[in-house]
Amino acid sequence: MTAATHLVGYDDAMKAFDPVFGIEVHVELNTKTKMFCGCENTFGNEPNTQVCPVCLGLPGSMPVTNEKAVESAIRLGLALGCSIRESSRFARKNYFYPDLAKDYQISQYDEPTSYEGELEVVLDDGTVVMIGIERAHMEEDAGKNTHVGGTGGIQGASHSLVDYNRGGVPLVEIVTKPIEGMGERTAEVARAYVATIRDIVRALGISDGRMEQGRLRADVNLSLRPKAADGEDQSAVPFGKRSETKNINSLRAVERSIHYEAGRQAALLLAGQPVVQETRHWHEDTSSTTPGRSKEEAEEYRYFPEPDLLPVEPSREWIEELRATLPEHPAKMRARLREEWGFSDLEMRDAVAADALTLIADTVAAGAAPQAARKWWMGELARTANEQDVTLPELPVTPAHIAELQRLVDEGKINDKLARQALEGVLAGEGSPAEVVASRGLEVVSDDSALEAAVDDALASQPEVLDKIREGKVQAAGAIVGAVMKATRGQADAGRVREIILARAGVEG
Amino acid sequence: MTDWTDPTQVTRASALEMADAMRAGTVTSVELVQAHLDRIAAVDGPVHAFLYVNAEEALATAAAVDADRATGAALPLLAGVPIAIKDVLVTKGMPTTAGSRILEGWLPPYDATVTAKVRAARMPILGKTNMDEFAMGSSTEHSGYGPTHNPWDLERIPGGSGGGSSASLAAWETPLAIGSDTGGSIRQPAAVTGTVGVKPTYGGVSRYGAIALASSLDQLGPCARTVADTAALHEVMGGHDVMDATSLDEPVPSCLEAARDGAANGLAGVRIGVVKELGGEGYQDGVKQRFEEGLDHLRALGAEIVEVSCPSFKYALAAYYLILPSEASSNLAKFDSVRFGLRVERDTIEKTMGATRAEGFGDEVKRRIILGTYALSAGYYDAYYGSAQKVRTLIQRDFAAAFEQADVLVSPTAPTTPFKIGERIDDPLAMYLNDVATIPANLAGIPGMSLPAGVAPEDGLPVGFQILAPAHEDARLYRIGAALEKALVAQWGGPLASLAPELEVAP
Ligand SMILES: [Zn+2]
Repeated sequence: MTAATHLVGYDDAMKAFDPVFGIEVHVELNTKTKMFCGCENTFGNEPNTQVCPVCLGLPGSMPVTNEKAVESAIRLGLALGCSIRESSRFARKNYFYPDLAKDYQISQYDEPTSYEGELEVVLDDGTVVMIGIERAHMEEDAGKNTHVGGTGGIQGASHSLVDYNRGGVPLVEIVTKPIEGMGERTAEVARAYVATIRDIVRALGISDGRMEQGRLRADVNLSLRPKAADGEDQSAVPFGKRSETKNINSLRAVERSIHYEAGRQAALLLAGQPVVQETRHWHEDTSSTTPGRSKEEAEEYRYFPEPDLLPVEPSREWIEELRATLPEHPAKMRARLREEWGFSDLEMRDAVAADALTLIADTVAAGAAPQAARKWWMGELARTANEQDVTLPELPVTPAHIAELQRLVDEGKINDKLARQALEGVLAGEGSPAEVVASRGLEVVSDDSALEAAVDDALASQPEVLDKIREGKVQAAGAIVGAVMKATRGQADAGRVREIILARAGVEG
Repeated sequence: MTDWTDPTQVTRASALEMADAMRAGTVTSVELVQAHLDRIAAVDGPVHAFLYVNAEEALATAAAVDADRATGAALPLLAGVPIAIKDVLVTKGMPTTAGSRILEGWLPPYDATVTAKVRAARMPILGKTNMDEFAMGSSTEHSGYGPTHNPWDLERIPGGSGGGSSASLAAWETPLAIGSDTGGSIRQPAAVTGTVGVKPTYGGVSRYGAIALASSLDQLGPCARTVADTAALHEVMGGHDVMDATSLDEPVPSCLEAARDGAANGLAGVRIGVVKELGGEGYQDGVKQRFEEGLDHLRALGAEIVEVSCPSFKYALAAYYLILPSEASSNLAKFDSVRFGLRVERDTIEKTMGATRAEGFGDEVKRRIILGTYALSAGYYDAYYGSAQKVRTLIQRDFAAAFEQADVLVSPTAPTTPFKIGERIDDPLAMYLNDVATIPANLAGIPGMSLPAGVAPEDGLPVGFQILAPAHEDARLYRIGAALEKALVAQWGGPLASLAPELEVAP
């Protein structure tokens, strides 16, 4: 670090300077096969088991474009409000790196498939921000290096291993135009933008958008410029030198990296020192960035049109067909659902944050009332997920299960407590809620004669209770209810038990 | 007539004659393969056409073909006819080097599409032929494994980059060979060895598994000693391939039928255009003389000869030497020591990559990588690569206009007969001029053929006659080529290769 070792706080930085930022988001598409070969596009396999001459870049091999990936990329472009080029070309981006099998990446350069779009981003307080999209282009992912020995970084490693399973996985890179005028809301807007992209790719079904798995990664460019003098036009002030923070893999980190970078740059500028144009690495553990390559050693990629591939030329009819399959904008869908379900803003926001919206919607579609669906997913299940350190969608329970469980409660077959036990069984893999209720014998005892017998047994050991009730101390019935519940191992309908006790005392319930 | 019991005569037959003889039961594939293996053993020491001889597998393939034939099974036309494959094509189980030390010892785990087609056609593969490193050169002197020598005169070059394939044909080591043509690497070697070679329409033959030099120019094609043999092999190699996005989705041209038609029926009504810019100054006298003689034959066959002008051709060589190195610099990046081939270990990966490439690549390859890297650099791209692409469009327009006036275009294949090994090795520009007549076809993606036109009187060395046709009209090459060949062979009293001096045979 140079002399400006202390950071300026984010709010102070935003008061002193005008921030301009831009975001590049890489989305890994969930196509069955890779971008340019027939290898399976799945994750978590043994290293170098999903490779072929093409994605290993063996001499003589040639790429062939995955039409499904083109379709996904065009749908994404349309969802971002982009125009789709009638003819777009792949280009080679040349650089040497061991994880890049051919030592060039097939990407798109001057003719991206999707260009000039605009995306509506809704902030938590309902403010709508329009983000300009410069382009969304297709490319292939690289493999993965693992550095062995030392600290796990390339410095000090004894050697490195390369896994090419990810090499050739289809990516779409979405590039925004410079975003100006957000002031202190910059970090919030950046986060909301990436969250919106994530929601859109999920709604399109073209990627699971899981940032923690690297399926969606963000690079954030940020620069600060002096505030315009009063009466002057801010947009007339030239941009400052920018840094680009690479490979940010959580929404929280998008926000925090901007906080850090704004503070770091402001401190330099206030100390009269220049901001170096460079790429920087984000460190989750310390919430800070460190320098990567500087602009002076910037790569010379020697782009030229990929001669092994034909141009991508989607017909107008096909594009319109794809446009017709576009899902509702996530923010609009949320507003509509909140209305339909009668959720509060807070309830809605929590459900979104917990990634529960689709689950709730599917549970409602399966017949449950919206609030009931919400309570299950945001209550019992959210707790379980939290305990097991998994996401809600990863729990071994389906919206259909939850709808069925709620139906059993609504029909009085089980009470809430039994329902929780039934859910426990479902999560343990014992079957559907009805099956668990049957196999665990959880159904409530609704047979009055059995309940009356249990009440009479309890009253026999505590005869004073009836007198207390007749004297008006109705709450005394609680002791008998408790005893009956205990005797029936919780399977009695407590309300019905109470009615029987009151009837025995000759009091109307 | 060939005496099929005499091994020295067997290797002088054409591929189609061999196929006929096998069908007639007068010779077996094992006998044919053995005769060629013996010939390779006898002459390839001084010729050095082969980098790898695939004796065991070739004999096994031959034996299987013979066994199937004995059962009366239906077999492909060229089943049992041996073939040599340029080392640019990957062949599973056979080392593949593309003439480079950087790939020494590499065993490809897969077959090129054309290799697979050759296997499916049941043709025994005799081995892999020598070439200029990564097909960069016009003399095969740039092979990492030593030069190939021209069977007409062992002190001379056999052309390049496919000098191994052309020399193996001229030395009677194989009746058929596969070549690759980026700027003339099939046609120019054919010209200087008195053999036939065809560059098909771009996309007519799959490039999958052909180690790329310049992807937008490369095309695989057939090499043989007769036009009809190249036609038969063309039909084996051609056709759409889902593994090559640039391969044409259209039927394989009827090359053999066209060749037979040309030989039988002459060329009445055919318009032949002589390209003004591909001749005259810079062309050897004997080359011009044989070319004119070819024109006389074509006239006698009923063709009408017209002169056409292609003014943009003067920029072709310059454009070619920007596009080729640019694409090559990218195609050759993968030779980085990480996954295959040579590795020269250093303490960082960058240094290891650098040291490997410094040691593994020869001078000509380095020269072109540097040229291409420079031409693609920011700030130079438009002036170099961009302008070269514009020249390409102009050349395509010249061809389009010329093909309005003529059904095919003709020229000498190369300006000179083969020069001496070492003569131009230190003069890259003189070397590049060899391809001045062949390069325009690659820039435009059209098909071209070189067939023997005779020998130059001043040095007794072979001269090539080039025919060019519009894209997708490969069959025209065979029709006109076969007609001209028939007239010339009648004049010579036999195929030109049979006029070459006999090679000394190793004991
Ligand atoms: Zn693959």
